[in-house]
Amino acid sequence: MNAPVSTAALAESVAEKSLLRFITCGSVDDGKSTLIGRLLYDTKLIFDDQLAAIEKDSKKYGTTGPGIDLALLVDGLEAEREQGITIDVAYRYFATDKRTFIVADTPGHEQYTRNMATGASTADVAVILIDARKGVLTQTKRHSFICSLLGIRHVVVAVNKIDLVGYSHVVFAEIEQAYREFAEKLGFASITPIPMSALTGANVTAPSPDLPWYRGPTLLSYLEEITVEADRVNRPMRFPVQWVNRPNLDFRGFAGTLASGEIRPGDEVTVAASGKTTKVARIVAMGGDLDLAQAGDSVTLTLADEVDVARGDVLAPPTDRPTVANQFAARIIWMEQEQLIPGRSYLLKLATRTTPASVVAIRHKIDVNTLDELAARTLSLNEIAEATIETASPIAFDPYSENRETGAFILIDRETNATAAAGMILHGLRRATNIHRHATTVDRAARARLKRQKPAILWFTGLSGSGKSSVANRVEQMLVGRGQHTMLLDGDNVRFGLNKDLGFTDADRVENIRRVGEVAKLFVEAGTLVLCSFISPFESERRMARDLVGEGEFIEIFVDTPLETCIARDPKGLYKRALAGDIPNFTGVSSPYEAPQNAELVLKTADADVDALAERVVEALLKRGFIESFDDPVI
Amino acid sequence: MSTRLSTHLKRLEAESIHIIREVASEFKNPVMLYSIGKDSSVMLHLAMKAFYPAKPPFPLLHVDTTWKFREMITFRDETAKRLGIDLIVHINEDGVRRGVSPVASGSNVHTQVMKTEGLRQALDKYKFDAAFGGARRDEEKSRAKERVFSFRTENHGWDPRNQRPELWSLYNTRVRPGESIRVFPLSNWTELDVWQYVAAEDIPVVPLYFAAERPVVTRDGALIMRDDERLPLKADEVPEMRRVRFRTLGCYPLTGAIESDATDLDDIISEMLASTTSERQGRLIDSDEAGSMEKKKREGYF
Repeated sequence: MNAPVSTAALAESVAEKSLLRFITCGSVDDGKSTLIGRLLYDTKLIFDDQLAAIEKDSKKYGTTGPGIDLALLVDGLEAEREQGITIDVAYRYFATDKRTFIVADTPGHEQYTRNMATGASTADVAVILIDARKGVLTQTKRHSFICSLLGIRHVVVAVNKIDLVGYSHVVFAEIEQAYREFAEKLGFASITPIPMSALTGANVTAPSPDLPWYRGPTLLSYLEEITVEADRVNRPMRFPVQWVNRPNLDFRGFAGTLASGEIRPGDEVTVAASGKTTKVARIVAMGGDLDLAQAGDSVTLTLADEVDVARGDVLAPPTDRPTVANQFAARIIWMEQEQLIPGRSYLLKLATRTTPASVVAIRHKIDVNTLDELAARTLSLNEIAEATIETASPIAFDPYSENRETGAFILIDRETNATAAAGMILHGLRRATNIHRHATTVDRAARARLKRQKPAILWFTGLSGSGKSSVANRVEQMLVGRGQHTMLLDGDNVRFGLNKDLGFTDADRVENIRRVGEVAKLFVEAGTLVLCSFISPFESERRMARDLVGEGEFIEIFVDTPLETCIARDPKGLYKRALAGDIPNFTGVSSPYEAPQNAELVLKTADADVDALAERVVEALLKRGFIESFDDPVI
Repeated sequence: MSTRLSTHLKRLEAESIHIIREVASEFKNPVMLYSIGKDSSVMLHLAMKAFYPAKPPFPLLHVDTTWKFREMITFRDETAKRLGIDLIVHINEDGVRRGVSPVASGSNVHTQVMKTEGLRQALDKYKFDAAFGGARRDEEKSRAKERVFSFRTENHGWDPRNQRPELWSLYNTRVRPGESIRVFPLSNWTELDVWQYVAAEDIPVVPLYFAAERPVVTRDGALIMRDDERLPLKADEVPEMRRVRFRTLGCYPLTGAIESDATDLDDIISEMLASTTSERQGRLIDSDEAGSMEKKKREGYF
């Protein structure tokens, strides 16, 4: 029963074995699943019961006639078996005497391109399939471009189904030439074309007598031999802190996965954002402290001094630190059905840091077929662009080309929680102001003290005709009457000047609110109570405005009036025109209004008159300490 | 980490620890599903390493179908005690009252009620927003497309067509109240990796994995161990002592043994390398039809 293999010998051979992660990609029906099935089959990774199962399934779903359909080994989901296409990235594992492999099988179907980027993000090598009968297609170009975007350096051009073109050298040479011409701009370190047939097995794991003109490696021997740059250890040390370990008052450890470089006890390290420097005291591990940790290791460090370090901080050598900035240029791949809107607030996750961020400008999008740069105001699913990203607070990062771990990020939609985009940083744009900045002599606190108030944004949101401007006006009168310093921003004083270049599309509405938010923030810096009265129909835009100022400095006031009441009031006659179809994108009629879920204050105009509602706002400001009651002693 | 580990296992270990810490950092109320098998043993060991010298900041949850091997239950309780970790045991009492069992109800109903529904009850009861599972992608075809962080709706449903893209090691952990994420830290491990790691790290496993003389009957081609009196014998069945072991552990009437002489980890690894069948072959619940695992997962099975 037992095979004559000793564990010692086995462990030894495994220890020397390296790991190669690669992806297969190509167009529908190029034979990707068949190719992987072939690799698994030929390397004896298919068990008898699995083979029996696909023999049974081949009769039901198979597309290769009699005999077993190897693609069924990897097409896992029922939905894809029925359709005969691969709709999601699947991971496969196999090993030879020389290497262990993790294969990402990525789909060629256009709407699932985002899954291809997923597979490419962790791969060292790409195997791009081309149907010898069809040559280089749009999808081939798209996938090659995504591979280069995600930093894959080595590409195999697998010219598959070579048996169906009579093993023709001419066809192969033409495809090779066409591919090399296209891929020239992509900067791959190596391109290796291999003629093969996944169906018959030619050149997959063994050479084929039908291809006497081909002298290069088989696919498997290429994958076993290729050296990929494994230089993460030689790059500057980066340790993104993932978890602060505090079992008791005597122990304070910082756990994380070393992104690059090496760490030894005694090494000097700097917290990138604060610039504080200390030394590594210990590398703590179950079973005894370590004297060395290398890129890829998950470890726990203790530091010599009590410096302020939290999840999201990055430790680096004092002499070779990452960039710390709140603005950078990046390439992004849009992955969500809903379009990207510049200025909208997303969550950005980079290494262990999550922070609000927005795409402030799309520099250009990139046509994946021609690599041409095109002007764009938004991005749709699967579109790729170079853009300027701004984060709510400064973060530490490196260019993606220098460090995959500290140069990659995702954007998360704050409404749906979907992963909206994948990004790769090109370079920083603005040095963070908090490191080298000189303390300003007059700050916001000083300005606010002078005005005897705590500054804030009072954000009135509601439908057109809800009464928000009436209430805001009345509140401002009352505040001024109490000696407070205020400013009112509304459509009337913003639309005709600052924002006169903007219309009413979703993108323009977002930009409108972004500018208003920035102006309001300046007034808050000046110590002012700023009243903003805008329909601001989208939750995400209101949150963007909220994120601009400090915690507790944004008071959202929902002026809640039923749509029917607004239509009945119709003070400017706008609803009448909108209902007649004369005004496009009119909130409540032809454009949605997302009612606030967590407003600090809800004013129901049906319940009280303007004065009573305004009183409630002033009371709230008193209660929260933004203004002082006349009875309070002046501090 | 341990100097005895191969480079390949070191990489897998580091990746898993990273995933486990990420969950502890970003979720309010995580739990680790503990099924007592070898994969759970490895996952638990990784959690101990991830937070050392602290204990893992989450409890273990075992959904007990009441039909596990007795040795599994003993091992479970000893393990929790030895490591000083909170262990929650949940039994679907409603299923027990209804008399659901693999003997009376068949494997499908039993698994659905006692395992899948039991799990859902427990997750709802304690309002866990993330649950670790020891599943590996190499186990089964529909698992191969599972994310490391697998999103579940409020009803614990899994929509394979609408999975979040998962790039680099950046995991999107955002959920709304009521929604949850299943997390699979061992996604990239193979069965061989698991055993080699168990050997290298000296991790205790249930003795049922090792060959011994055990009372078995042959049913539908599978060797079923009669672990207690609840398993009725058919007229022609006489339990006989055979030298067997188990490659996977589940409810004993649904878990087929293999004949084996493998009495230690070296033997198991050697036997695996020579094996021509997959480990799930001994699981009676998978072989019903193509896509059966996918169906179970959509309904909330792990």
